[in-house]
Amino acid sequence: MALRTLFSKKAFTTASGFRPIAAGDRCFLRQARGLTVAALPDLAYDYGALEPAISGEIMRLHHQKHHQAYVTNYNNALEQLETAMAKGDASAVVRLQSAIKFNGGGHINHSIFWKNLKPVNEGGGEPPHSTLGWAIDTDFCSLEALVQKMNAEGAALQGSGWWLALDKGSKKLSVETTANQDPLVSKGANLVPLLGIDVWEHAYYLQYKNVRPDYLKNIWKVINWKYASEVFDEETA
Amino acid sequence: MAMALPLAYASSVVNPFEAGRLSFSTKATKHKKHIYQFRKVTKVLAYYGLANPPYKLDALEPYMSRRTLELHWGNIHRGYVDSLNKQLANSPLYGCTMEELIKTTFNNGNPLPEYNNAAEVWNHDFFWESMQPNGGRLPWGGVLDQIEKDFGSFSNFRDEFVHSAMMLFGSGWVWLVLKTNERRLSIVRTSNAVCPLVWGDIPIISLDMWEHAYYLDYKDDVSKYVNNFMDHLISWHSATARMVRAEAFVNLGEPKIPVA
Repeated sequence: MALRTLFSKKAFTTASGFRPIAAGDRCFLRQARGLTVAALPDLAYDYGALEPAISGEIMRLHHQKHHQAYVTNYNNALEQLETAMAKGDASAVVRLQSAIKFNGGGHINHSIFWKNLKPVNEGGGEPPHSTLGWAIDTDFCSLEALVQKMNAEGAALQGSGWWLALDKGSKKLSVETTANQDPLVSKGANLVPLLGIDVWEHAYYLQYKNVRPDYLKNIWKVINWKYASEVFDEETA
Repeated sequence: MAMALPLAYASSVVNPFEAGRLSFSTKATKHKKHIYQFRKVTKVLAYYGLANPPYKLDALEPYMSRRTLELHWGNIHRGYVDSLNKQLANSPLYGCTMEELIKTTFNNGNPLPEYNNAAEVWNHDFFWESMQPNGGRLPWGGVLDQIEKDFGSFSNFRDEFVHSAMMLFGSGWVWLVLKTNERRLSIVRTSNAVCPLVWGDIPIISLDMWEHAYYLDYKDDVSKYVNNFMDHLISWHSATARMVRAEAFVNLGEPKIPVA
């Protein structure tokens, strides 16, 4: 099943070409510039395909409700931002930043998260090989050590947060945690997310209740290391 | 308002009444028992306890299910109490009241590791008392007057409270506080475990916006949760009691001093 792209561009051209910008021209300006909206990506597997590690109900709610809400609110915030920028309303532009960071970050993080998961019968949980496997052994001693470290940090994270691990800026892997929906770039412009695990309570509460360590132990059975390897190889090439 | 009071008991004193022994004994045996007990007492321990909510766990149905309370109070809140006691076992912060502990460990914005557990224990105690069965609807008397004075009308306050809860990004709490410096009521949003006590303000009502507080009952429908809280759960009795106490610390009006 092909994944839809994260962003779909809709560009319109005007027949009249360029002319000086006036107040009533906003609609033409938007069409000429092109309207970029975020879209909810499809999952490459069924909602129930990750059982028993993650229940189908959680996957459905997580994808259709939470991620969709981030996408919708992100698009709304972007629209408002465009309006504010066109009007030159600096305080509105600044005020919208936290909504953009939260909802945009949520969209980015979850889009990566869906790709990080794979059903067991399609290769989920298979440990990484070759380049990524060696890099993990170099930087963390072993896969088990990495898993342990990530579980410890994920369980210790207070409140809501992400836990995009294995990023590679200076050609080294590291485990990072971010708060709320902050994307990994907010921790460093050179950090590339390879593997993220959502530790917001909505990601596991219905099934694991408040026992986050159990969720973290079980999610490794459906982690898609192939995707992480692909990204790693691309970035190190 | 600290419900979690330090409880002290000696580690191995036997209460003769509990042990089923007679309340009277000869002077000689009493004396022996007395010395024996003192010899056995090695360490006095104090710890924080988990207080029960002021209602049965199913009393808030159907707006907050018994299962939610069982998990939220029984597992999560209890977990914080146990973690706190473990952390304080060998700590110099031993023996404070809960409020003192929170202010000290917040450390003006560089929280010490005990802060999270301490604040969450206090926050949850406060939250249980901020709700009651058959709650909601309107406040009355002084609380209503103050709300109308500071927000214009009750419905303005309600809208602002709901809006603030919906605008919270991530885990946190929404509070109705009495600001000590500005001497007015205000709605405050805090992240994770932060509690308005650390700024010297006096909380009146709180709402837990962590997902574990509503996910089992409402899944992702946050606005229904917040509206149900405002309409059916919020305890204006508690709010009134807290306001009365707060007025001993904050002067909300000009004192009426009779002119001779």
